[in-house]
Amino acid sequence: MISTSSGTVNKSRMISRRMFITSIAKAVVLVGIFGRLVSLQINESKKYRTLSDKNRFREWRLAPKRGTITDYFNKEIASNKKVYQLHITPENTQDIERLFVRLKSILNLSNKRIFALRRKIAKQKPWEPIIVSDNLTWSEFSRINLFLHELDGAEPLVSVARIYPHNSTSHIVGYVSQASVKDLEQKEYLREMSVTGISVGKTGLESKLDKDIIGEVGFQRYEVNAYGKRIRQIKLDKGKSGKNYKTTIDLEVQNFTSKLLEEVSGAVCVMDIYNGDIITMASSPAYDPNAFVHGIDRKTWSALLKHRDKPLINKAISGLYPPGSTIKTLVALSALENDIINPNLVVQCKGYIDFYGERFHCWEKKGHGFMKMKDAIKRSCDIYFYEVARRLGVDRLSETSKKFGLGKKVLEGFKEERPGVVPNTKWKKKYIGKNWYLGETLHSGIGQGYFQSTPMQLCLMTAQLANGGYEIKPRLLTASNKEGNRLKEYIKYKNENPNSPLPIDILISNFNLNPLFRNQENINFVKDAMFASTNEPGGTSYKSRLKDKKFIFAGKTGSSQVKRFTAEQRELEVKQKDLDYKDRDHALFIAFAPYDDPKYAISVVVEHGGSGSSAAAPIAKKVIKKFLERDKLRESQSNLVGKEI
Amino acid sequence: MFTSGSIQSTLSFREKVYSIDYILVFSILILGIISMFAMYSTGRGTYDYHTKSHILRFVVFFFFFIAISFFQSKFWYQTATVIYIVFFLLLLGVKYFGLTSSGSQRWINLYVINLQPSELMKIGLIMFLAKYYHRMPTTDVNKIKFLFLPIVVLIAPALLVVTQPDLGTALLIAAGGVIVAWLAGVRIKFFAYASIIFLSLAPIAISFLKPYQKARILTFFNPDKDPLGAGYQIIQSKIAIGSGGFFGKGFLNGSQSYLDFLPEKHTDFIFTLFSEEFGFFGSVFILLLYYLIISRIVKIGHITRSNFGKLYCYSFATAFFIYVVVNMGMVLGLLPIVGAPLPIMSYGGSSMLAIMFGLGVAMSFRIYKDSPVN
Repeated sequence: MISTSSGTVNKSRMISRRMFITSIAKAVVLVGIFGRLVSLQINESKKYRTLSDKNRFREWRLAPKRGTITDYFNKEIASNKKVYQLHITPENTQDIERLFVRLKSILNLSNKRIFALRRKIAKQKPWEPIIVSDNLTWSEFSRINLFLHELDGAEPLVSVARIYPHNSTSHIVGYVSQASVKDLEQKEYLREMSVTGISVGKTGLESKLDKDIIGEVGFQRYEVNAYGKRIRQIKLDKGKSGKNYKTTIDLEVQNFTSKLLEEVSGAVCVMDIYNGDIITMASSPAYDPNAFVHGIDRKTWSALLKHRDKPLINKAISGLYPPGSTIKTLVALSALENDIINPNLVVQCKGYIDFYGERFHCWEKKGHGFMKMKDAIKRSCDIYFYEVARRLGVDRLSETSKKFGLGKKVLEGFKEERPGVVPNTKWKKKYIGKNWYLGETLHSGIGQGYFQSTPMQLCLMTAQLANGGYEIKPRLLTASNKEGNRLKEYIKYKNENPNSPLPIDILISNFNLNPLFRNQENINFVKDAMFASTNEPGGTSYKSRLKDKKFIFAGKTGSSQVKRFTAEQRELEVKQKDLDYKDRDHALFIAFAPYDDPKYAISVVVEHGGSGSSAAAPIAKKVIKKFLERDKLRESQSNLVGKEI
Repeated sequence: MFTSGSIQSTLSFREKVYSIDYILVFSILILGIISMFAMYSTGRGTYDYHTKSHILRFVVFFFFFIAISFFQSKFWYQTATVIYIVFFLLLLGVKYFGLTSSGSQRWINLYVINLQPSELMKIGLIMFLAKYYHRMPTTDVNKIKFLFLPIVVLIAPALLVVTQPDLGTALLIAAGGVIVAWLAGVRIKFFAYASIIFLSLAPIAISFLKPYQKARILTFFNPDKDPLGAGYQIIQSKIAIGSGGFFGKGFLNGSQSYLDFLPEKHTDFIFTLFSEEFGFFGSVFILLLYYLIISRIVKIGHITRSNFGKLYCYSFATAFFIYVVVNMGMVLGLLPIVGAPLPIMSYGGSSMLAIMFGLGVAMSFRIYKDSPVN
């Protein structure tokens, strides 16, 4: 009994001792738990709060609305339309394959497209949304919404996309398309926006103005649950739509010109000779810029690339053509300004001339006979200008040509624009590595050889001759306030003194114009000769003249050889139209109008059109009539522009 | 099973009522009420099925706890073996007639309730071994032949539960048994041997584990390895608790649970939910309540005179402590996710039943602290 009792007491002691040890262990563990709570909820609370917010908030960036681009009369040439889109956030789907299968049955998704999407998903982060379709039809969009409960991860949304109402302005405005990797690398503002599928300007004004026209990105912040489902919207910042731009283009003239060029490949530029407003810049063939907005399909793309006439090239500023006889205006001017020859110099044209052991031909096989400079311009005699060029020398010609705008880019910020070539001895040494031959000077004298110019350059050249020889800065966007007022001053003077030309001091003080001449008489001489060329019998563009007094213009034709005639062809008198298309001459025409009070300059280039007088001048004639008819309207609009800006 | 006829007492009813540990009762009540609010929060502020059912269970089992308290301690000594056998049979029953849910067979349909016998076994094993060691002289405790039975009664149910599979509960059952043996005076060397055997068998045991169980264990060691897979629960739980800060996000404002980032928020992660909404302040309060409950049970162990009572109360208190610590350690990212409910707080009838039963038995050792058990 005692032993049992003492055993019980011993046992009880043992239990208590062990319980004591256990309690110490418990206390240690408890301290551990407490320490963990302190660490999580006090020390690292901030970090976990951030993580919790990261869990619970999800931001969707909203592509801003691009600014619109309008013509001079506020007609839209690039605007926005509502589009229905479908995005997928891979992170939010349980089973992406199943989602694809479901989408395939709802939309018209090709296997190829799904393959492409899968590859894209593999490349990006799972929380980055991917665009399945950026332009759903309304019925597709409503079907997606109907089945949305079984399409987790799919996000139908309404967005805006670019729309271009007119193909005729395709080269001016350019187009937008999804930002490429290269775009992101090159443009910091795009990286900062980081909006999935944002459109960026690729060419034309869209590219030039991209940074300001693209707008400021907005965002939507949602509270989402663990499955990515949006519970409620916390914040909405719609962003800011981009700046709107107004161009100097007259859409009506642009469309009209574009229509005229429909059958041919070429370009037409029309410019205000005083303020440099570009009224028309048409390039043919045009293309549909809308095709790029939602990603162009391979077939359309390759068709555009392979097209003989290169529709994607803006020929007005990227097409390079030898200026041909249109350069004779500058050759004559240069010779007169440099006192090389007297306009009364008589040269006999026998149809050809031999120099330095080489035979140089005139386009008129029979020859023009004896003539003075004015006649030589009027009838575009090559022999006369061989002689002028020979005496003038290529370096002086090059200087004058550059002064009048050849050989350098005309517009600012058009990356597709090309500068062309104004050759001289130094240029040849530098770029070709050979010495200049005298024979090449003769070719340059009739705008052949190394000479390369864009239609825009020729237009600028003509405008600067027409305005009396003052430098102007061509522009596609309407002027800011200050210049607008000057423009008004100018117009006011014009209205008050309709028949007298602008006094030089007003022109210079108002537009900071820089005279390009030494003696304005020489400019006037060239203008007279151009008038003769169009309005006197025997002139090369006489057939295309406008007889109405209001519309009388002065122009100069040009045909630039693509391929040299062989002696045999010359003998056989092969006609241009009998040649292969690719071998035919380019047809050129430059002009200004109206003759007695010049306001506008125009240049026309028809690729492989044969001759300037037959292919280019008739187009110019129609366009001139068109823009002169709209001159009054433009003037009243420019009064408005001056006020409202 | 329990008939009032077997209860004999020399104490008056008044004396019994007086000797109830009211601090313990109120602690349990307060914890219960807190758990109701926590459950209400899991329903995003709606009085949903889980909340209703939890409240009902708490109320029923709370009265069950009070009722159990009035059973004589002697009765528990007499029936301990029977109780163990009944629970063991129920476990066997699960093996053959059990209900399967989310991949594991843990429940048995008793018409009134879907019972999870493994929860009851946590208490049953402690009672059985407390009785076993109560009678055993200290000198015999460490004899090999007397170690045989404890090993068998511990391993058998644990193995049955592991195969359900429910690793967490199996380990908690085993822990309860080990504690009784430890308190009874089994030498440390035996625990050392057992550990060595256990560890050497572990690789074999792991090969029997289900892939998800393996993943959980691996995940514990590196939760960031697969943040959206197996590590998700630990990461989200830590985020929820950490983001609660000092005062918490406020009742019904726990974004982690409200937005479903938190898994199993009714059951294993109820502490996380509470901690997110009430912060460090609330967490420490809960910790204090548990400390109070456990220390009151230990106190009963101190004052009760029988070794059976002491062994039971100390073991139960320690086991209770382990349940709490394992659950908290789990949700705080200190232990792998093994699936262990937080006593009283977590949703789950069997767990609540087992805990209330265990508490009731402990309370009876207070009421009948001076009566011998045999």
